[in-house]
Amino acid sequence: MTTITPINEDSKQESTVIESHADHRMFGLAAFLIADGMTFAGFFAAYLTFRAVNPLPTNAIYELELLLPTINTALLLASSATFHKASKYLKQTKNGLCQRWLMITAVLGVAFLTSQMFEYFTLPFGLTDNIYASTFYALTGFHGLHVSLGTIMIFIVWWQSRNPGGRITIENQFPLEATELYWHFVDGIWVILFVILYLL
Amino acid sequence: MTLANSSSNSEAIQKLQPTGWMKYISFSLDHKVIGLQYLVCGFIFYLIGGALAGAIRIELTTPISDFMPRDVYNQVLTLHGTIMIFLWIVPVVNGAFGNYLIPFYVGARDMAFPRLNAVAFWLIPPAGLMLISSYFITGAAESGWTAYPPLSITSPAAGQIIWIISVLLLGGSSIFGGINFIATILKLRQPNLKLMQLPMYCWAMLGTSILVVLSTPVLAGTLILLSFDIVAHTGFFNPSLGGNVIVYQHLFWFYSHPAVYIMVLPAFGLVSEILPVHCRKPLFGYTTMVYSIMAIVILGLVVWAHHMFTSGTPPWMRLFFTIATSFIAVPTGIKFFNWVATLWGGKISLNSAVLFSCGFIINFVLGGITGVALAQVPFDVHVHDTYFVVAHFHYIVYGGSVFVIFSSIYHWYPKFTGRMLNETLGRFHFLLTFIGFNLCFAPQHWLGLNGMPRRVAEYDPNFAFINQISSLGALLMAISTLPFLWNIIWSAFNGGIAGDNPWNALTPEWLTSSPPPIENWEGNAPLVTEPYGYGTINQEDLVEPTPESPSEESSQ
Repeated sequence: MTTITPINEDSKQESTVIESHADHRMFGLAAFLIADGMTFAGFFAAYLTFRAVNPLPTNAIYELELLLPTINTALLLASSATFHKASKYLKQTKNGLCQRWLMITAVLGVAFLTSQMFEYFTLPFGLTDNIYASTFYALTGFHGLHVSLGTIMIFIVWWQSRNPGGRITIENQFPLEATELYWHFVDGIWVILFVILYLL
Repeated sequence: MTLANSSSNSEAIQKLQPTGWMKYISFSLDHKVIGLQYLVCGFIFYLIGGALAGAIRIELTTPISDFMPRDVYNQVLTLHGTIMIFLWIVPVVNGAFGNYLIPFYVGARDMAFPRLNAVAFWLIPPAGLMLISSYFITGAAESGWTAYPPLSITSPAAGQIIWIISVLLLGGSSIFGGINFIATILKLRQPNLKLMQLPMYCWAMLGTSILVVLSTPVLAGTLILLSFDIVAHTGFFNPSLGGNVIVYQHLFWFYSHPAVYIMVLPAFGLVSEILPVHCRKPLFGYTTMVYSIMAIVILGLVVWAHHMFTSGTPPWMRLFFTIATSFIAVPTGIKFFNWVATLWGGKISLNSAVLFSCGFIINFVLGGITGVALAQVPFDVHVHDTYFVVAHFHYIVYGGSVFVIFSSIYHWYPKFTGRMLNETLGRFHFLLTFIGFNLCFAPQHWLGLNGMPRRVAEYDPNFAFINQISSLGALLMAISTLPFLWNIIWSAFNGGIAGDNPWNALTPEWLTSSPPPIENWEGNAPLVTEPYGYGTINQEDLVEPTPESPSEESSQ
């Protein structure tokens, strides 16, 4: 009974000169996003516990304006769709159209951030007023940090998917796919955040 | 053709990296180099943390606070806990042995993300240096390794913030490592190698990495909120500003209870590798071992509030967490009996590696018994925050994890260096460590039951004699490090030549030269489907694998 055998050489022929294995970077990114999501989960749990356990100070009652965050939600959801369109055009090797839709996505991201800043400046409470105000800014701020990072990444992949000369091509889609997965993740987090911060 | 090409490839790789001892202080991408970097770096921090523990025991030799000022005592206490957990045990049981062994076990040339791997290691030295230097520059954190608010908010801010940044860096390192291990075990496995054919350490690391990825980010988020409380004067955890300290405790223990499993599950895996080799018997109950690891992972995520029975937790929560915690004794007990059954009737060679593994089994059972006791609310309320908890914890992490680290070093040192360790010194090291450890921590159960609180520099003079016994044990533990240090340094140059497989082991890391070549195997990786087949299959076939042999058994 032989228990140790070499790998079947026929199937591994290409592995001899440059030992390349399948690309596991998307798997790694997904694992990282699960970890990142757990950070948000911790924040959400903290916020919900504060709401359930700690009474709101009587002088601190406020209603959050719903119009602006609803527009923000629409902006982000639309940007997920436009990003998806961009990556579809890349798969059809239409780099020009891909770049156009990436730029639209980036503009939507910038619009979201601008609108978020506008909301910050018009809110009637500051960071240290009470723990609801603090948690509001911590949650939206941490999410905003993710959106800012994502927008910068979109600008970078926009530049890299130019044709000719860019490094993102039909053969090397990873930077675009990674940014897309990250962007959908950030959008998904926003939807949860919108529900528990503004609607609950 | 294969051999020629892979050797030229290995030469090309070697040209990219420094050779000799210089590679151990370089940004090397080789998983074996990174593993040893983790091990040596961790051991240096172990010596520092041990010196701090010695300072604590010297202070506690007398009932009055006479060895150091009280605020220094608090800093020493905090640094000792943080260094031992985040810079010694977690990086060594996960990073060191995981990096060295996992690619061998799955039959890969390296980890899935070598560059991320190097980044994960190189986050550790700066974080550790920053943490230790904070003592000399601003004063280190003073609120213990738990950093409970409001104590951590009201104690000096600079040291606390440096502590938070260090722990965030170390947590990031841990997450990167966890992602890498999951990807390596699940994705880099040889095509014909089934999950249930993997050595047990792979399962332990898979479970541990799942815990790392799920729980460490929660600690990171919590510490970010805590740093806002300290720097920006928000009130998340500050009751005077309407905040809630209990929320911090929940979030903190959501990481820090799984952290115990992050420290001890890999140790379970390592013991499961070491015992079958030296007993010449298959690992008893492989399948139950796998399921009990996964059960511990799932249960480990839902027991955190048993650290908070005195924090005003509601009765239903106490009931749930008591029951869930008691349940963990079941899979842990299964593992314990499996190790005993592996030893039972085996041809045991009582060398240093086995002695430390057996020491682990004994200590871990004692720590496990006090752990089940602590899970019961009435008992926990009685001994909460006393030396009983200190004794229990050290039986788990020192008697458990650290004993296994020593056992693993004795077992894999021949593979690391190509030379054998001195067996006499090893046994002497075990004897001193085992006696010293039990002398140091067993009396602390009595101290705790009689009400001596933990984390104090002054105590009731009635406790003085037992504390002096405990300090004597600590002295023995400190002395026990000397033969070990001498052994690992002297043997690296003068030890007997080990050969490829001094233990006649079957796991894949022994089927290559010692130390292994940069690509782990000359030629193709061997496919090991029965890593514990001792006494059941022909040994001759296993020690000298023939690269030309057909893969007719690969489909089994």
